[in-house]
Amino acid sequence: MKKYGWKELPLGAILKGEWSTENFPTGDWRSERPVWDEEKCTDCFLCWIYCPDSSIIIKDGKVTGINYDYCKGCGICANVCPPKVKAIEMIPD
Amino acid sequence: MPLKALTGNESMAEAMRQINPDVVAAYPITPATEVVQIFSSFVADGLVDTEFVAVESEHSAMSACVGAAAAGARVMTSTASQGLALMHEVLYVAAGLRLPIVLCEINRSLSAPINIHCDHSDTMGSRDAGWIQIFSENVQETYDNVIQAMKIAESSRIPALVTTDGFILSHCLERIEVLEDSEVQSFIGEYKPAYSLLDIENPITVGPLDLQDYYFEHKRQEIEAMREAKKSIEKVNKEFGDRFRRRYDFFESYKLNGAEIAIVALGSTAGTAKVAIDSLREEGKKVGLLKLRVFRPFPYEKLCEVLQKFKVVAVLDRSDSMSSTGGPVFTEARSALYDLTTRPRFVNYIYGLGGREITESDIKKVANEALKISKTGKIKELVQYLGVRE
Ligand code: SF4
Ligand code: SF4
Repeated sequence: MKKYGWKELPLGAILKGEWSTENFPTGDWRSERPVWDEEKCTDCFLCWIYCPDSSIIIKDGKVTGINYDYCKGCGICANVCPPKVKAIEMIPD
Repeated sequence: MPLKALTGNESMAEAMRQINPDVVAAYPITPATEVVQIFSSFVADGLVDTEFVAVESEHSAMSACVGAAAAGARVMTSTASQGLALMHEVLYVAAGLRLPIVLCEINRSLSAPINIHCDHSDTMGSRDAGWIQIFSENVQETYDNVIQAMKIAESSRIPALVTTDGFILSHCLERIEVLEDSEVQSFIGEYKPAYSLLDIENPITVGPLDLQDYYFEHKRQEIEAMREAKKSIEKVNKEFGDRFRRRYDFFESYKLNGAEIAIVALGSTAGTAKVAIDSLREEGKKVGLLKLRVFRPFPYEKLCEVLQKFKVVAVLDRSDSMSSTGGPVFTEARSALYDLTTRPRFVNYIYGLGGREITESDIKKVANEALKISKTGKIKELVQYLGVRE
């Protein structure tokens, strides 16, 4: 990958366009992965609200899965999923 | 031009009212308390459109300023001393993110021991934070500097800090000429932020991790911006002078023509020095003053040009670097002239710590010693502590 010089870089490291975090998958940082159970999920969206990496995928008002390209395995989603539901389980990756 | 009787604090609050920033996040601290208090009454009275964020500390104040500025707002705040020290961490964030926040800073000493009076230790403590720093000699300059700083900061995309001396100026009533609100507005113009976090059509990342491979490049940009800021400062000074007939520069030369020795000072002491110099001139002594106004970026090229012809330069520092060899103004001014083959001798006087008074006779003593060095070529002590008891 080309390394840019200071004259070419966006000012103050304010990133957009080609520098978007979308172009830098960070999923390989993970040591645990969340596994989501569609059967148990009540679509309360708590996991979606809390996920710091926007990795809970939602389509037409329903959770449809987890984006492992960016999910860093922090476990927040499993933690906030209501205890009576427990639709997300963390397993070693 | 309307005349008003204002203290340094009132003049800063008045300039802020006329600038009418989008957001002010601040926490009161002596001697800057009044700036925040007066401005908050402007907000309460509906005289400004500003969103005033009363925070729980100066660390939070600067953090809220950074957030608001990153959202694209025109942002100001005010603090002093321990407050500026508590902001320290976030000052670097504002500069690194290139957010043109303007801070009205009232110079005051730092603990310990506890002291609420004027010296420049607080401002000098943040001299490497990447902020423009402008010092004021009197209330008129304090007011004018705040208005210019807004435009300088926004045109160079670097935050700027305007200082006035605690109590000596912050609480001193002076007759000053103020501008009309419309003049201030047309001078600073509409603010067009470089980016806005709230622009959801154009999502951005602010403050990413920047390790060994890129951090250095971004800091290099910041250094360059500080160099370029000199052009912005010149432009803004000129425009201000042309419009309002009060001229400002990086520094002011006072009776330097025909002088043999020069005294360098910043802030309110420059006023005292002028009186001392007038009286020494009457005695036929060839002394002059260079009043440094802009300390960051440091105007080393221009300083070099003006100071090189003197035999002795005596630098007054209202703070010490604890380096064991003098104060920050001394170190930088002396370094600026190092490359000359023939250069003045430099001596340093640390003075006024914790608000210790500096008088006309103190400055005369400095001038007379400098004249003596100029004759004998001998420096007894490189750094002296003016008015301190042994
Ligand atoms: S583990 Fe963390 S990053 Fe991954 S989906 Fe859950 S909340 Fe998001
Ligand atoms: S928190 Fe649990 S129940 Fe709620 S949407 Fe996420 S997975 Fe489904």
